[in-house]
Amino acid sequence: MTCCGAGHPEDLKEAGGAMLARLIAFANILRSNAFAVGLKETQDAVRLLATDLAARPSSLRPALKALFCARASDWRKFDEIFDAHWLGQGMKQLARVSASGATTSPKTIRELSQNAPGQHSEPGLGEPVPSDGASSALPSGDIGRMEGASRVENLQHTDFRKIADPEELAKAHALAERLAKAMRARLTRRERARRKGRKIDLRRTIRRNIAHGGVPIELVHRAPKPKPLRLVVLLDASGSMSLYTSVFVRFIHGVLDHFHEAEAFLFHTHLAHVTPAMRERSGARALERLSLLAAGAGGGTRIGESLATFNRWHAKRVIHSRTCVMIISDGYDTGDSGVLGQEMRALARRCRRIVWLNPMLGWEGYEPSARGMKAALDYVDLFAPAHTLDSLAKLEPYLARL
Amino acid sequence: MTMIMTRDEIAKRLSEVGYVPDRELAMALSLMDMLGRPLLLEGEAGVGKTEVAKALAAIHGSRLIRLQCYEGLDQSTALYEWNYQRQLLAIRAKESLGGGAGVEEDAVFSEKYLLERPLLSAIRQKQAPVLLIDEVDRADEEFEAFLLELLSDFQVTIPELGTIRAVSIPRVVLTSNGTRELSDALRRRCLYHYVDFPDVDREARIILARVPGISTELALQIARMVEKIRKEELRKVPGVAETLDWTASLVGLGVKNLRDDPETVHDTLMCLLKTAEDRARVTKEVSTRLLGKVA
Repeated sequence: MTCCGAGHPEDLKEAGGAMLARLIAFANILRSNAFAVGLKETQDAVRLLATDLAARPSSLRPALKALFCARASDWRKFDEIFDAHWLGQGMKQLARVSASGATTSPKTIRELSQNAPGQHSEPGLGEPVPSDGASSALPSGDIGRMEGASRVENLQHTDFRKIADPEELAKAHALAERLAKAMRARLTRRERARRKGRKIDLRRTIRRNIAHGGVPIELVHRAPKPKPLRLVVLLDASGSMSLYTSVFVRFIHGVLDHFHEAEAFLFHTHLAHVTPAMRERSGARALERLSLLAAGAGGGTRIGESLATFNRWHAKRVIHSRTCVMIISDGYDTGDSGVLGQEMRALARRCRRIVWLNPMLGWEGYEPSARGMKAALDYVDLFAPAHTLDSLAKLEPYLARL
Repeated sequence: MTMIMTRDEIAKRLSEVGYVPDRELAMALSLMDMLGRPLLLEGEAGVGKTEVAKALAAIHGSRLIRLQCYEGLDQSTALYEWNYQRQLLAIRAKESLGGGAGVEEDAVFSEKYLLERPLLSAIRQKQAPVLLIDEVDRADEEFEAFLLELLSDFQVTIPELGTIRAVSIPRVVLTSNGTRELSDALRRRCLYHYVDFPDVDREARIILARVPGISTELALQIARMVEKIRKEELRKVPGVAETLDWTASLVGLGVKNLRDDPETVHDTLMCLLKTAEDRARVTKEVSTRLLGKVA
């Protein structure tokens, strides 16, 4: 028995139009839920509708599921979305992605960045940044450029908290981006230097020299494949960090843009994978998506639990042998500090280096006394202050050495 | 051969060859034929992703061609390669026979000197085989792009020989362990199924299908015990393969009922727990407590 014969042409003609419209609407809903649904998939789905699979939801659902899902996260979401759309169950779930976040969360990232001291007009995440600074320096020509340079110098020693002027803030952002670029450039040079292999690839040498009758004239070398450094950033977006969050968000954007391989996560009471959202070129859209993901930012921190989530669900995919994990947090943990120590140990076993950047370290008289911080310190390779750009710049040689 | 099996038929045939599918997997396999798309299987290690391909080959009575991916895998190991040694020998032989420089290139670059690798061999079978591309996430991104091209056209161009079109379109199964994020393009091209750990009922049926001569009672006990162990906070959650190992060892040791022999049960847990940390976590007390709930 074949199940793809056009069994009931009359039925189909009647039901066809309505079903098709619903299917297209369904595909759109999936797309807005970040499913990768292309034209080809929709076409195939139309073919499925024409079969008797479409007769019952119990057979249509697994069929469309296999077709439309592309990854494990899709797989888990699909049933709910399908039921909502085709069976009319739990309709309010449908609005989950399009409208939630802002209303339910205590504080969103967008609000956070707007609340940052004196920052009224945050430049879009993806917009070219230096324009503000450049235009202010323009009138005096060459001297202006010098002034610009010296002001950058000056900035490097200011605590982020004291930067009130939006222009200055924009410059801080630019610096963060430049820094990320510099780190990467350093790494790329190292790779190129290793390109020349010491060993001869016999098979390819013979292959290449067949034209010469098998006399090896051109030699082919073999070199270990360079593995670029991967940077995984875990940013604490809790209330105690709110003064710094917007700046580090900007820094992460620069990192994602310029590192060959990088991933970013945001955590407060739970962990969110923000790489896809942050890769958005348009700053406004990136912020929009980020604020949806980071619902609840600005509240307490549960570093231990967040790390546990990371270790359990993301570490395997995200971390390889040349991965540096950068945790940016003040270490004030409202969760169980025992969990944090345990998870840090698990993480340390997995990755190459752990860098912990702590904005509080820049404060005079600060001792890492927060309970969580103490539990974690044993497994941290580098514990550094991160309240100024200077301290970020200091990381560059360290990262390049990995 | 061209007839498309429905979901229920496939489910029935799969259980006949010893693979116990869930409904969604049977559907995905049926759609593979209907839409002519490859199937991407993801899931934890040891949940039986590779087994799916083997069972699929068995029910269609076709060959299983397997390409194991690894870092650095390239076209010459995956697609085709010239047999250089033979080519060189042929050239030398002709030269010594006094042919001089007049060795014909066509003679050297012919079928005779072509080494088929899994991908090429898969598209040249008379009867459509099952092509298993195992752990595709281990291969490099460039290889993934190449694979994408092959999966959409099912033809291969060998510069010296010309284009080889597929004689039959193979059923393609890709598996991934999630060590690297696959490209969206590849994901979109494929049907998707997430292979989860089986529930107690299905796992018991798998045990019954795979371990001959085991009682239903014991199979159920083992399945329930494994389910409980999976719920413990483990670093490496045991898969179906481990369950089968454990079952085999229990049967081998003559255990008829888990309740009778908690000692042996605890001592054989090494079949399920593969790290020192997990082993330390499931102490005698824990295993006895779990056993109390199960048997």
